[in-house]
Amino acid sequence: MLKDITLGQYFPMDSIVHKMDARYKIIITMIFLVMLFWGQHPTALIAGFLFVTAATALSKIPPKMVIKSLKPIIPILIITGLLNLFMLDGGDTLFQWKFLKITEQGVQTSVFMLLRICLLIAGTSLLTYTTSPIVLTDAIESLLSPLKKLNLPVHELAMMMTIALRFIPTLIEETDKIMAAQKARGADLESGSIFQRAHALVPILIPLFVSAFRRAEELALAMECRCYHGGEGRTRLRVLKSGLRDYVALALTLLLFAAVVTLNALLY
Amino acid sequence: MPILEAKDLTYTYSIGSPFEKTAVDHINLQIEQGEFVGIIGHTGSGKSTLMQMMNGLLKPTAGSVLLDGRDIWEKGTDRRAVRFQVGLVFQYPEYQLFEETVYKDIAFGPKNMGLDEKEIDRRVRETAEAVGLKEELLEKAPYALSGGQKRRVAIAGVMAMEPRVLILDEPTAGLDPKGRTKILTQLSAYQKRTGCTVMLVSHSMEDVAKYVSRLLVLSHAKVVCFDTPANVFARGDELEKIGLALPQITRVFRLLRARGISFPDEVYTVKYGAELLRARLEGREPQC
Repeated sequence: MLKDITLGQYFPMDSIVHKMDARYKIIITMIFLVMLFWGQHPTALIAGFLFVTAATALSKIPPKMVIKSLKPIIPILIITGLLNLFMLDGGDTLFQWKFLKITEQGVQTSVFMLLRICLLIAGTSLLTYTTSPIVLTDAIESLLSPLKKLNLPVHELAMMMTIALRFIPTLIEETDKIMAAQKARGADLESGSIFQRAHALVPILIPLFVSAFRRAEELALAMECRCYHGGEGRTRLRVLKSGLRDYVALALTLLLFAAVVTLNALLY
Repeated sequence: MPILEAKDLTYTYSIGSPFEKTAVDHINLQIEQGEFVGIIGHTGSGKSTLMQMMNGLLKPTAGSVLLDGRDIWEKGTDRRAVRFQVGLVFQYPEYQLFEETVYKDIAFGPKNMGLDEKEIDRRVRETAEAVGLKEELLEKAPYALSGGQKRRVAIAGVMAMEPRVLILDEPTAGLDPKGRTKILTQLSAYQKRTGCTVMLVSHSMEDVAKYVSRLLVLSHAKVVCFDTPANVFARGDELEKIGLALPQITRVFRLLRARGISFPDEVYTVKYGAELLRARLEGREPQC
């Protein structure tokens, strides 16, 4: 079922990571990403692995879920792996067949890249697992607020993002319902040629679009009825608050980052 | 042999996640050919999930659904054929309309069955009439119709497959009282004329009491009782405890009874209640 999509799904738990200020979580994730790509030495991967393991343990998210988040990117992993394996030239040649050539350098880089991407996805999935989408956009808005000075409509963008995120599950549910209803009338969605299958989507897409437009109109009306007028002077129900745990987490991450940078400079 | 049967039917949503929820919990049911069954339960009692398992849209977590004594999830069973025999009208079915004209939309089901033009035409016109859609509406775009008309088009779309069992999930939700009565009366007439089996899901006792031969009461994913309306309403206190309101007329008679005026049995239609009172006032036997 469509409902079982996990990428970017919030996984509510009572843990220290869930309670952290979302702004800090975003900043920490960004430092983590930079760290992964800065380090050209295996130590960076080890540091990244430690980081992800520690964060998973603290967040009480089942490790199974974190591993599951890697599933959708398997095709990307395969393509990157193969490209690196065959394209890179350097070191001893391990295997050659016509124009295909595998070198030591290629093997090293492709393994390195694969692990790097896995850690990257696992780390960012942890962010979305432990932070509800609404809080996440609040945090993004708060982090981007300096750009308001440049007349960038930060609040409006964040609001649009919040609404879009808010409606993803609703629309998925709606799609499920429409699919079930059309199947009940004998619509065949699973067999036939590509053309037939595309054609079979019409009875699903049309009601879906109609309902999306209807929802948008209703929402706009409801917002207008409550005198919504954008970000100016607007207060919030949930105010983002940072505390000791956020500072400690940030400090630890920075320390790890500094260690990786130093080691990288020394060893590479 | 019952036409439709549920054996230890269970359905659990999102197994293994924190949102895990058992919506249908070991339910056993037997529906006979030609019955008009009402299904009543509070929001979230598992009515809709149960109905979607009855026509093979949802695969049970455990247990089985038997159509004519055969498990519909048995290997080699054509589930599409099952869905043509057990027609399901969803809640707010008007949101599934998609064709350019009402005619084409009603014809969608029969067309999927692979029927020929002539048969499709007959079915579309017959069912349109059965749900009270005027001939001239057939060539209109569904989106140009009123809410009640759209609802009827959607119901006709399932009826046109001429299923042996017709399941309707809250077909009157969101309609005004007049529209509600109209749809239910037409449905009852359709059932009498075709002799098909109808299962009507509702959360309002008021609506279904009049039409059904048996009433299935669900609460918290389990069957509370499955009996004739009179026997079900006799357990009024229990029903009120699980949050289901008795029909107003039944409540009036319960209050009268509480004041010491005795009546022969449970009353759940206004017509019968009125006749009882009239007979009592005129000092004669009630006639019906």
